Amino acid sequence: MVSITLRVNGTVHQMDVEPRWLLADVLREHLKLTGTHLGCEQGVCGACTVLLNGQPARSCLTLAVTADGADITTVEGLAQNGQLHPIQDAFWQEHALQCGFCTPGFLMTAVHFLQDNPDPTRAEIKEALSGNLCRCTGYQHIVNAVERAAKNLREKSGEKESIQTSTVEG
Amino acid sequence: MKPPAFSYYRPESVAQALHLLSTVEGAKILAGGQSLIPMMNMRLARPDALVDINHLTELTSIQDVGDALEIGALVRHDELLRSPLVRRHAPLVAQAERLIGHPAIRSRGTIGGSLAHADPAAELPVLAVLGDWELIVSSQTQTRTISAGDFFLSYFVTTLAPEEMLLRIRLPKVSTYGHIAEYAIQAGDFALTIAATSVDVGPSGVVRECRIALGGVTDVPWRDKTIERQAIGQVAQDSLWKDISHTVAEAIDPIDDLHATSAYRRQLAEALLREALHRAAQPKPA
Ligand SMILES: Cc1cc2nc3c(=O)[nH]c(=O)nc-3n(C[C@H](O)[C@H](O)[C@H](O)COP(=O)(O)OP(=O)(O)OC[C@H]3O[C@@H](n4cnc5c(N)ncnc54)[C@H](O)[C@@H]3O)c2cc1C
Ligand code: FES
Ligand code: FES
Repeated sequence: MVSITLRVNGTVHQMDVEPRWLLADVLREHLKLTGTHLGCEQGVCGACTVLLNGQPARSCLTLAVTADGADITTVEGLAQNGQLHPIQDAFWQEHALQCGFCTPGFLMTAVHFLQDNPDPTRAEIKEALSGNLCRCTGYQHIVNAVERAAKNLREKSGEKESIQTSTVEG
Repeated sequence: MKPPAFSYYRPESVAQALHLLSTVEGAKILAGGQSLIPMMNMRLARPDALVDINHLTELTSIQDVGDALEIGALVRHDELLRSPLVRRHAPLVAQAERLIGHPAIRSRGTIGGSLAHADPAAELPVLAVLGDWELIVSSQTQTRTISAGDFFLSYFVTTLAPEEMLLRIRLPKVSTYGHIAEYAIQAGDFALTIAATSVDVGPSGVVRECRIALGGVTDVPWRDKTIERQAIGQVAQDSLWKDISHTVAEAIDPIDDLHATSAYRRQLAEALLREALHRAAQPKPA
């Protein structure tokens, strides 16, 4: 066993892990954060995507020991104070999920993508999501949701900016 | 699917890592894990020990060393994609990186891992052979520099000895134009076939230099300098690229597997190469 520290959704956890345990297993089995799903366990489906130090990463291809000291965000870390994250909200509005198995991975991928690229074209959204598989929706609603989320987030940050500006002026 | 048990080492320096590699029985290097961990999950690989090099900050820099860039083996795909130095002096690498996996793969996978893994359908090995990259490799007892053309031996096999580690890669700066064209069944998948080119056309419209490398057609990146030389001194025009692509397609003996037949790969190689040569030879805005 190796002792590691992980900060997950803002909470620091110290734990002993076997070197062969995948980050996905530690999140699911030990921290009981079962929102991170495991589909293929070979990096292809994207269901297990989490943010590792702010970057998207496959938790099925990352050993927990390698992630020692890292800051991890899982789908459970998106909603704040019972309020859905704007991207979750857009998925709900646009019917971007059916069984929901793929959804956490799409959400985490989209969160990072929209941080990097707040005003994407539809083609850019499709490229960004190409590493996530969904067997239910046919993808169109997911692309719509990310488009809507981008718009909502831009409006929200616009609001924030105008509030900030008015505070400065006031 | 879980990796089989292994003992785990996390060296703090390259010297420690090299010591571990030469003393621990059955030790394998773990870099980004984007090729090794899937193989361990599927139990296609069962290393006795892993030497996790993710903390070796000595291997994470991209440096301008005059006529070349020196890139640490642990530099991740994502950093290659964003680096202004890479864009400026190795633009084909930046272009190719967009074709490698997905953001979640590129944030972890490394240049060293890509080269050492030696997948015949991977982009960076093809560019390494095209651009005559030099690989700087060390063991506890010696350091050697291997040119990319000598590094790849077969499918997933290189000249690296088990106790050796790839430390840095030297990419000669390029002043020629290049292009990489590939076909993958789905965006981000490994390509069925890759064609990479670099072409230098003189002021009179005559070819001064032409390089061609292919991926996914044979067990190692494919390059043939005799065919490249046939282009030199000729007028850079589509009929030339058509002839050269045809000559290359006749010269290769592509692999046949469940993803594509040999005949299909030959056709792909010819079409992709024509495009890559045509694009590389286009006059560029100054
Ligand atoms: C879904 C998916 C899609 C992908 N698509 C592509 C693609 O389109 N194109 C592409 O090129 N790649 C693709 N990859 C692979 C990816 O590029 C990997 O990053 C790369 O092949 C291996 O790099 P790594 O750092 O993850 O190495 P690891 O997986 O950690 O190691 C791979 C091998 O290299 C050895 N090794 C690693 N570093 C060193 C070193 N410094 N010295 C000596 N040996 C070393 C290891 O021991 C191991 O044998 C994909 C991967 C996935 C999961
Ligand atoms: S479970 Fe990790 S990518 Fe499919
Ligand atoms: S909603 Fe079922 S897999 Fe995507």
